[in-house]
Amino acid sequence: MSERQITLEVLRYRPELDDEPVIQSYIVPVQEEWVVLDVLNYIKDNIDRTLSYRWSCHMSVCGSCGMVINNTPMLSCKAFVRDFPDTIRVEPLHNFPIERDLVVVLDDFMKKMTVVKPYLIPKEPVAEVDGTYKQTSGQLKRFKPYAMCINCLACYSVCPQYALNEGFVGPAALALAHRYNVDSRDQGRSVREDVVASNEGIWECTFVGACSEVCPKHVDPAAAIQQTKIASTMDYFMDKLLLGKKKSGGVVKQVEGGGA
Amino acid sequence: MARSNKPIVWGLFAAGGTVTAFLVPVLVLILGLAVPLGFLSPTDLSYDRVFMVVAHPLGRLVLLGFLTVSLWHAAHRTRTTVHDLGIHSDRTTMLICYGVAALGTVLAVIFLLRL
Repeated sequence: MSERQITLEVLRYRPELDDEPVIQSYIVPVQEEWVVLDVLNYIKDNIDRTLSYRWSCHMSVCGSCGMVINNTPMLSCKAFVRDFPDTIRVEPLHNFPIERDLVVVLDDFMKKMTVVKPYLIPKEPVAEVDGTYKQTSGQLKRFKPYAMCINCLACYSVCPQYALNEGFVGPAALALAHRYNVDSRDQGRSVREDVVASNEGIWECTFVGACSEVCPKHVDPAAAIQQTKIASTMDYFMDKLLLGKKKSGGVVKQVEGGGA
Repeated sequence: MARSNKPIVWGLFAAGGTVTAFLVPVLVLILGLAVPLGFLSPTDLSYDRVFMVVAHPLGRLVLLGFLTVSLWHAAHRTRTTVHDLGIHSDRTTMLICYGVAALGTVLAVIFLLRL
C-alpha cells in the first residue's frame, strides 16, 4: 500500500499553558482509506498523547467529532484524507468557547435544545390499548428528515446570526422544534412558540442557508425555519384577527412529556 | 419570551416574494422577449390597450397588490442583506427600507386612483 505523508495543523489550546489558541503541526503517514479522525487517533496513539478531541462512533452516527477542517465544519470521521491537499488544518467548531484543543463548550446548545421542548406533547394520553401511537407513512415522512440531526453543531459553526447574537436559538434547536411541531402525534406547537416565535427564535434567521449546506445528515434546518416562519405568521394574524383566540397551534390540556 | 411582531413585515415579504416569483418572469417574457422578437405585435401593447386593462377597477387592484407587496419584499430583503453585510444599525436600516416601501405604497395608491 502506498503511503502518503501529510501535515496536520491543529489549533491547540491548553488553558494551563496557552494564553490563546496556537497552531501545532504534525507530520503523519496516512493511508488511502483514512479519514481525518484516523489521523488524530494516530497522533494521539503515536506522537502526542496530550491532544484532546471528542469522538465516539467513527461512522457518522454519534455527532461527537464535529470540527472545522480547512475552514468548513464537518464530521472528522466523514472527511476522507484523500479528498484534501497535503496540508490540512483542523480547528474546533467556530462560535463556541474552546474548552481544550478541539473540544468546545456545549452548554449553550444544551440549554437551547431543552427550551424548545424536544419531546411529544400530546393533547390526550395515548388511546390505543397497546400504548402505541398509530401513524401513517405519510405522517412519518413529514418529520423524519428533521429527526436525523445528531447534534454535531456544524450548523452553529457556520451560522452568521449565531456568530453575531449568542442568544439566537439557532439552526439545530429550531429544526428540532419543527420536527415535533409537524409530528401528527404532537399538539405542543403553541407551547414551543413562546421560544420559537420570539425575536431570538426563528425571526433572528435571515435565511443565509449555510446551515443546510454543511449538515452532514441533510437535515435542512434553513427549510425548517422558513416553514416555521410561515406557520407562526399565520398564527400571529389569526391571533390578531380572531380576538380572544390567544394562542393557536393546538391547545394543550394535560399531558406534557411522554416519550421521545 | 414574548412573541415577535416580525410576522407583519415578514408576511408582506413572503407575499411579495411569492407574487414577484410568479409575475416577473411573465413580464420579462412579454416585454423582454415576445415583443422584441416579434411574437407579439407592438400594437398589442399599445397605450390604449394597456390603459384599458390597468384602469379597470380590477386592473388597479391587481397592480396595487403587485406593486406594494413587491416593494415590501424588496425593503425587507434589503434590510436583512444590509445586516448580513455587517451593518448592524438596524433602526436606521429599518427606517430607510420600510420608509421607502411605505412611500411607494402611498404613491401607488395616489397614482392608481388618479388614472
